[in-house]
Amino acid sequence: MKHLHLHYFALLREQRGTDRETLTTDAPDAETLYRTLQGQHGFTLPVDRLRVAINGEFAPWPAPVKDGDTLVFIPPVAGG
Amino acid sequence: MKFRICHESIAPTIEASALNLPAAGACATFEGWVRNHNEGQAVASLEYEAYAQLAEAEGNRILTEAQGKFDLLAAEAVHRVGHLQIGDLAVWVGVAAAHRGPAFDACRFIIDELKARVPIWKKEHYASGTSIWINCATKGDFAAAPSPPDNS
Repeated sequence: MKHLHLHYFALLREQRGTDRETLTTDAPDAETLYRTLQGQHGFTLPVDRLRVAINGEFAPWPAPVKDGDTLVFIPPVAGG
Repeated sequence: MKFRICHESIAPTIEASALNLPAAGACATFEGWVRNHNEGQAVASLEYEAYAQLAEAEGNRILTEAQGKFDLLAAEAVHRVGHLQIGDLAVWVGVAAAHRGPAFDACRFIIDELKARVPIWKKEHYASGTSIWINCATKGDFAAAPSPPDNS
């Protein structure tokens, strides 16, 4: 099991009801974790509409995770 | 050369002072403003949110790419976050070059890449009282929005 720190933004923050949490998981990668969280929290965005950042940098799916990592699932961006 | 996220009003004349170089013969700037309509709906205000750490890293990569692609002397950009009202300045891009061609081209490249790649999100609040995170709908027109770019 590993401890992961998650930060949420925008639509995911609203759907999760918080902007950060620390959780314990046996998920091997961010994609697996997102699918689990999607089932728990009703996230409407499918994983193929997201990117993910680990420890402050973009990471390619499925994005393996290790104990202590900080993850951010990134909804479709809309700056400008 | 710097991209940053800010929480206060953007002052274009102050931002542009970084472009004022003796070798510069051209300066191109872009201002993105909050407008009162989108997709046929009356917009009351906009809320911007950013993952600031990664937004600034990715924004600075874009400025570096612009300096590699175009013959520039300077490039600066800033994006505001928070709750903005109609007419507010949301994003400012400025470049300086010896000549106008690369100045125009780089300014366009930078704003296009910022919109496509930087983790900033926009929630539109409509006059009707509803609101929506742009590009995040999973039903209706926005659901057909393109997939994110490869993580390469």
